[in-house]
Amino acid sequence: MNEQVEHEPHGFVRRYIFSTDHKVIGIQYMLTAMFAAVVAGLLAVMMRIQLAWPDSRWPLLETILPEAVSDGVMKPEFYLAMVTMHGTLMAFFVISFALVSGLGNYLIPLQIGARDMAYPLLNMLSYWIGLLGAIIGLGSFFVEGGAAASGWTAYPPLSAVRQAIPGSAMGQTLWLLGVALFIVSFTMGGLNYFVTVMTQRARGMSLMRMPLTVWTLLISAIVGLLAFPPLTAAAIMLLLDRHAGTSFFLPSGLYFGNRLLENSGGTPLLWQHLFWFLGHPEVYVLLFPALGIAFDVLATFTRKPPFGHRMSIISLGVAAFLSTVVWGHHMFVSGMSPYVGEFFSIGTLLITLPSAILGVNLVASLRGATIRFTVPMLFAVGLIALFGLGGLGGIFLGTATSDMYLHDTYFVVGHFHFVIGGVTLFGLFAGFYYWFPKMFGRMMNERLGKIHFWLTLIPFYLLFLGMHFIGLAGVPRHYFSFMSFDFTRRFQGMQVQVTYLALVLSAAQLIFLFNFVWSLRAGKKAGLNPWNAATLEWTVPSPPPHGNWGAVLPVVHRWPYEYSVPDAPADFTPQTVPASAVAVTQ
Amino acid sequence: MADVTAVRARASSERWVVPLIIWLFPVITLALGMRTWFPPLASDHGAGIDRMLRYLLVSVGVVYVVGNAVLGYFVWNSSRQETVTARMTSKKFERRWSLIPAVVIMLVAESGVFLVGLPVWGQYYSAPPEDILTVELTAEQFAWNIRYTGVDGKFGRVTPRLFTLNNPIGLDAQDAASRDDIVLLNDIHLPVNRPARIRLRSKDVIHSFFVPDFRVKQDAVPGMTIDIWFVPTQTGIFELACNQLCGFGHYTMRGLVTVVSAEDFEKWLQEQSPI
Repeated sequence: MNEQVEHEPHGFVRRYIFSTDHKVIGIQYMLTAMFAAVVAGLLAVMMRIQLAWPDSRWPLLETILPEAVSDGVMKPEFYLAMVTMHGTLMAFFVISFALVSGLGNYLIPLQIGARDMAYPLLNMLSYWIGLLGAIIGLGSFFVEGGAAASGWTAYPPLSAVRQAIPGSAMGQTLWLLGVALFIVSFTMGGLNYFVTVMTQRARGMSLMRMPLTVWTLLISAIVGLLAFPPLTAAAIMLLLDRHAGTSFFLPSGLYFGNRLLENSGGTPLLWQHLFWFLGHPEVYVLLFPALGIAFDVLATFTRKPPFGHRMSIISLGVAAFLSTVVWGHHMFVSGMSPYVGEFFSIGTLLITLPSAILGVNLVASLRGATIRFTVPMLFAVGLIALFGLGGLGGIFLGTATSDMYLHDTYFVVGHFHFVIGGVTLFGLFAGFYYWFPKMFGRMMNERLGKIHFWLTLIPFYLLFLGMHFIGLAGVPRHYFSFMSFDFTRRFQGMQVQVTYLALVLSAAQLIFLFNFVWSLRAGKKAGLNPWNAATLEWTVPSPPPHGNWGAVLPVVHRWPYEYSVPDAPADFTPQTVPASAVAVTQ
Repeated sequence: MADVTAVRARASSERWVVPLIIWLFPVITLALGMRTWFPPLASDHGAGIDRMLRYLLVSVGVVYVVGNAVLGYFVWNSSRQETVTARMTSKKFERRWSLIPAVVIMLVAESGVFLVGLPVWGQYYSAPPEDILTVELTAEQFAWNIRYTGVDGKFGRVTPRLFTLNNPIGLDAQDAASRDDIVLLNDIHLPVNRPARIRLRSKDVIHSFFVPDFRVKQDAVPGMTIDIWFVPTQTGIFELACNQLCGFGHYTMRGLVTVVSAEDFEKWLQEQSPI
């Protein structure tokens, strides 16, 4: 192979800001996500306070955003803007940024034995375009009318007509631009992931020898490339409806503010189809890497290979394919034909099969093992518990007949927080605690990490479990207050309990932030391989140098799960150890 | 440098705390599940929806309890061991123990769709019976405009060009069928045990017609006219809530459905004055 001498770029700006090094870009994504998470988390706290105590007064908020408050009380449209931005930030600029783009960028070249991504410049552009999207999204709070307030799904006409809600003035335009930029950024990143995995693998690194983390990132990249672009098209169509007088999503006869609109010929359902064609696969794009990380973290801390390795990869592929053809299960009560609805219901529940295989394989990976209860391991086990209840809850919503009652209730809110919120968050934390020593050369504090874990798992589980039950009672989501209806007011006591749990959960994240900052400076020094793990990234210094591998690229001789190999000198055998030294078990 | 992975589980309290919490979660879930959550049932097909929900709560609940039990057991058992006892198993073993539970879970789910759900779905979307009472609901931010046909049994023509504050549904007075139409706000009356058809329309954004006690939920989409039908089986006053984010007043978009006996309904209808 043609070896190139890697020159480390000089100067702070080239090294840490406009860097093309995948490791720096990965960390940039994660830091951006951390900032967005603080904002999105604060929004959630404010939402929960408003829901628990609807008469709350908000003097501080009034100073920052005078438009959000009237007579000391929060305006309902501001509450809806918070709902919208919480969901948008969390899905696109926190979980996707940190998990797929952040950890993905950092890990793919290191785990497949490459010096960098296939297109480093494209990689840098992808971050900066994504960041621009995030800034535009965050900035929309400060424009006239405030941030978008039509939910993260932005259903027209609410999102298309500026008179429909204050957030549908400038805020919604900025939201659409932000989301479109995110998709552009993700498409560049996904293309890069795909090409990198296909062409940059080290000698001996066959596809089946890649860690499951890389497998899941590869599948997510492919799904994202196939499913995301239609929403860019939809976003442009909606922008045209908003600013150029077109009627893609607007039928005739719309009446706002005592005035009949001139639009005609469009249909709001078109947007829902286009949105969910992205929106549903998006869940899997975020979910898969969390599962991949869990498999890899479990392997390291159980000292054994994951159960059903090949079947897990096949299941990921099958679930990925099915995820792109079941979007209609978000639209059972939308006015779509009931025959189509039933088709989507049957298709959706087929996903139970690959998902259940993945769940069973995660659980069975713990069978006949030994266990090291490190912080990443705890988060990986917590992830399995969340995946269980979250996945099974999906059956209620994928079944058209029960969704007819549960649609858009708190059951849905509880469900997606378990899956797209919880599984992904726990995968993210497992991965972050696990690879922190590689990224920064120091260990994170174990005791603080464990406190963080317990104060995250228990409130998280109970909080969103409670929401499932509130949903069984029929309480709708997107309500600014539950006081207008008897059937929602009845559960106000439980809303207060849910809010207390949310406050504990949020406060616990401060422990993580403190641990992160503290460990950066004062954490115990980490060597090459603090966890005694077998994958490639643990064969280079922590943090790895520019170009990752020094003069010679690694050569791979075995799969990544060579733990507890019989007759081996250690209980782990790195992928670079030749078969002549230690027997290859797969 | 201390070897982190060498810290054996046996020494740590997580060995029993982790399984305990994993086992405690289903206990808490079951305790919550014992309480009454569903609103009272007041419609014919609603019994089928409740059956669907109960089927899932029980069958999926069993999978959930077993899953957590096994997960907790594996954690507890593995953390007692010094060495790995099941490093890799045969392909056959893996197929059996990962495919069989997964197929069972899928069959539970798909049987629910086909055997329990489909009949209810079919009933709900079947052609309505002849003697049905049709009520039109035109949703707007943030109110429900309700219209009865009046004595002629026909709705008069409506057109958006005629929308005004006093004519919220744009009723065309030129049409003879319009003259006896009854238009009301947020107040639906229905006779008990008689099929009722709700004809849903919207003037501005998407709203959703949700009466929890009837187990009925259907979006009202501008540009579309969507019919649903059901049979109220209990008399009483039931809340109608908007279930699709429709603007700042979404949480206040409340209507009432009053279900009365057939005689009382006729009496009430006669008291209403046409436009």
